[in-house]
Amino acid sequence: MPPIEGAAEDSGGTGGSPAAGSGTPDEATAQWLSALGSVGSERERALARLHDLLLRVARAELGRRAGRHPVTGPELDDLAHQSADDALLAITAKLEQFRGESRFTTWAYKFVVLEVSSKLGRHFWQRPAAALDTGDWDQLPDRFGTSPEDYAERHDLVAAVRRAVEEDLTAHQRQVFTAIVVHGIPLDALVVQLGSNRNALYKTMFDARRKLRAALAANGYLTVAEEAASDDLNARRS
Amino acid sequence: MNSWDELDRFLQTDPRDVGCEQALRILHVYVELVMHDETGAEAARRYPGAATHLLACGPCGEDYQGLLLAARAGPA
Repeated sequence: MPPIEGAAEDSGGTGGSPAAGSGTPDEATAQWLSALGSVGSERERALARLHDLLLRVARAELGRRAGRHPVTGPELDDLAHQSADDALLAITAKLEQFRGESRFTTWAYKFVVLEVSSKLGRHFWQRPAAALDTGDWDQLPDRFGTSPEDYAERHDLVAAVRRAVEEDLTAHQRQVFTAIVVHGIPLDALVVQLGSNRNALYKTMFDARRKLRAALAANGYLTVAEEAASDDLNARRS
Repeated sequence: MNSWDELDRFLQTDPRDVGCEQALRILHVYVELVMHDETGAEAARRYPGAATHLLACGPCGEDYQGLLLAARAGPA
């Protein structure tokens, strides 16, 4: 079953681009697979080189996300090393799952990029007080561009959304929506707090958004096209 | 665009959205398709549900951008 109910599963394809989806490995990929599948010093050298590449990607990725996370200095480099170490473990454990649909390095880099996201999510809770100090319902209008001087619109928007959240969402949807949208907790950090996974929480938010839109339309705050309204009505009933 | 329009845009969902798990499963293939066709049209044609998801999901969109940059930089 697809993660989002009703969504068709992407089938992709095998034609076209020689690298993406062809299943025929390029020369560099074949070399990586041969070296990692060998034993002794050849394998050790390949693992060391792969770790170097993963570490470089982890550092670049943490640098690219600078300003959106509080990690700096030695702690940042430690996070990069942890990401590269754990990605290398995952790659070697899942090597047989590599199907040659892309270059080996692109497949491998995916592991380290996802590790960086996961580690930043965990790191968020090392300073939760500061992070959680940033949001409450009164600040919700700021997220949607309401002018600070427009008191009436700010009041109406908060009241309408808050009422819909309280009346139309399940307890779990309410918890997830409030944490992410009102308190501004990153989804990957909430995953850690709730012991869940990104896909499950995204699905929860997806359903919550549909329900809230339907509720706000029903209460006259939003104008929803007929087809969308029908979808949203079904969402509200689900 | 007023704040109600912004809120409406945030609340909109696309039924083609396949979710994080499926989008991340093919992310490496998707990224290489974008490298071969910078417009992203071919990737979106082959994986419309993933394309929709990567636009809607902040964390997965972030991972996509990071992987695209890493793959473009290459192993050299």
